Amino acid sequence: MSLEVLKPGFLTLLQDFGRYEYGRFGITQGGPLDEHAFLWANRILNNHYNAAQLEISFGGFSARFHKTTTIALCGADLSATLNGTPISVWSTYSVVAGDEIKFTAPKSGLRCYLSIEGGFEVEKVLNSSSTVPREGVGGLQKDGSPIAKGDKLPYSTNDIEPNNVLHSVTTGVVKKGVPQAFIPNYPKAIELRFVKNPFLTSIEQLNKFVQQSYRVSQKIDRMGYCLSGVPLHLGGGIISQGISLGTIQVPSDGQPIVLMKDRQTMGGYPQMGCVAYLDIPLLVQSMPGTEVNFVVAELNELEEELIKYKQFFNLPV
Amino acid sequence: MDTQKPFTQAPSIQALSENTLIILFEQKIDSDVFHQVKDCMEIIQPQFSRYIIDIIPAYCSIHILFNVSKISNQQFCRLLKGSLYSLTKRDTQKPSSKKSNKSGKLIEVPVYYGPEVALDIASIAQAAKLSINEVISLHCDTVYDVYAIGFAPGFAYLGNVDKRIAHPRKPSPRAKVVAGSVGIADTQTAIYPSDSPGGWQIIGRTPISVIDYQQEHLTQFTVGDQVKFISINRAEYLKMGGVFTQESLDKEDDNAAR
Repeated sequence: MSLEVLKPGFLTLLQDFGRYEYGRFGITQGGPLDEHAFLWANRILNNHYNAAQLEISFGGFSARFHKTTTIALCGADLSATLNGTPISVWSTYSVVAGDEIKFTAPKSGLRCYLSIEGGFEVEKVLNSSSTVPREGVGGLQKDGSPIAKGDKLPYSTNDIEPNNVLHSVTTGVVKKGVPQAFIPNYPKAIELRFVKNPFLTSIEQLNKFVQQSYRVSQKIDRMGYCLSGVPLHLGGGIISQGISLGTIQVPSDGQPIVLMKDRQTMGGYPQMGCVAYLDIPLLVQSMPGTEVNFVVAELNELEEELIKYKQFFNLPV
Repeated sequence: MDTQKPFTQAPSIQALSENTLIILFEQKIDSDVFHQVKDCMEIIQPQFSRYIIDIIPAYCSIHILFNVSKISNQQFCRLLKGSLYSLTKRDTQKPSSKKSNKSGKLIEVPVYYGPEVALDIASIAQAAKLSINEVISLHCDTVYDVYAIGFAPGFAYLGNVDKRIAHPRKPSPRAKVVAGSVGIADTQTAIYPSDSPGGWQIIGRTPISVIDYQQEHLTQFTVGDQVKFISINRAEYLKMGGVFTQESLDKEDDNAAR
């Protein structure tokens, strides 16, 4: 039984938690751009943290369910409807065979996660079903293809109604939601904490970086988000080295790029620092034009937060 | 006395983010520095495997993604410093193990350097004032180190190319370089694992596949391995499964027409 894709939208990708042990072979990490929304979408269905979901960017996606199940939506509000009735993000819904889900355009945020009870069941490539079109790896076709019209995404479902959620006889009834405190509101201005690169020498450039406001540019994709502001001068390249998630690199045009899940494994641009792991989802959901301010953070504090987060979601990595 | 410089300059170990850190060696592309990276990998990989999620060695650095739930960044940096300190001691006491390839393997890669596939070999020969055959033998005479793997899955940076045939990248990259193409960029050489855009000067093509997504190990190259190219002729290339794509046949027609 499957979810049949009627319209693929701008960019819809099958994603699980990503590939974590293949950087040494030049394989990017992949996985959900907004890890916070992804993890909640699995959590409220009592799925394994790694269960495969759809990452729907900007909308335009529609699909039909072929079997009764429960779904969750988390992340951006892409004006989703179920059989024409608006539904909310950060909630689960029961669906029956024949139900149609549709995402039109972003109201707030950019990427919405559609998870399904038990996850989509797709054969993995290199231990993951995450799709990386650039590398031709993963996804439903295993070759990195994004979701296309006519794709049938298999899922299995228990015939026994799960007892951890309220029983509903009609389709589209909210069963369970994410607690309000964990729901971000995707504001027009965001603040990102970051740790300075330990090899950064220019205090002047650091000051220039934290004292100005940036804007999210039009150049945003799964590899990186380019920001625009008064150019920085961090000097020429460095000898290529492994690159961390959230690295703020500054190429010769002086405009910072924050590197995301599909970044290349190595890079040679100078680095200003690294965005806090838990702040990355904020940037991921920011539309072009969003104001971005950077504040220096202490590594110890961020580390504690990350450990709590990993415990909360039972993440082994 | 030892010809290899031991860790006279202790590598710098620094946190980059909550769960990543980097070990930086002397920042230059150099065989001696690279062998320090290799020695360091041999020590830390087995010793700290319970903390390490991914490790990316490259030229003169080692980037580590680790499990922050098991060890704090500060603690891990301290452990690494201790372990590398003992490496420093060991290396200064013991005569050089220079270029020994304890862990790495030697991989021989057959390459066809014919005009249908060696799109840029003539211009390299011309710039170097060498014959095409001389370029080929210089490329085959060196045993290369795998300095890094990156840019694309399985793309291995090999060095160093003999200075006489070192050549800068093309001013603008080709839209498509065919899988198996062997290229030169400055003092490095590499094989394109899959079709991709690329600016390296293409001097030949291997019939063997260097990447396999069905394999857990993905590619036979590992940082620290060594690679030697073996020149093969057209018949051997075809026999080993080599193919000619349309563009290389067009090029052949061009050559025939000239």
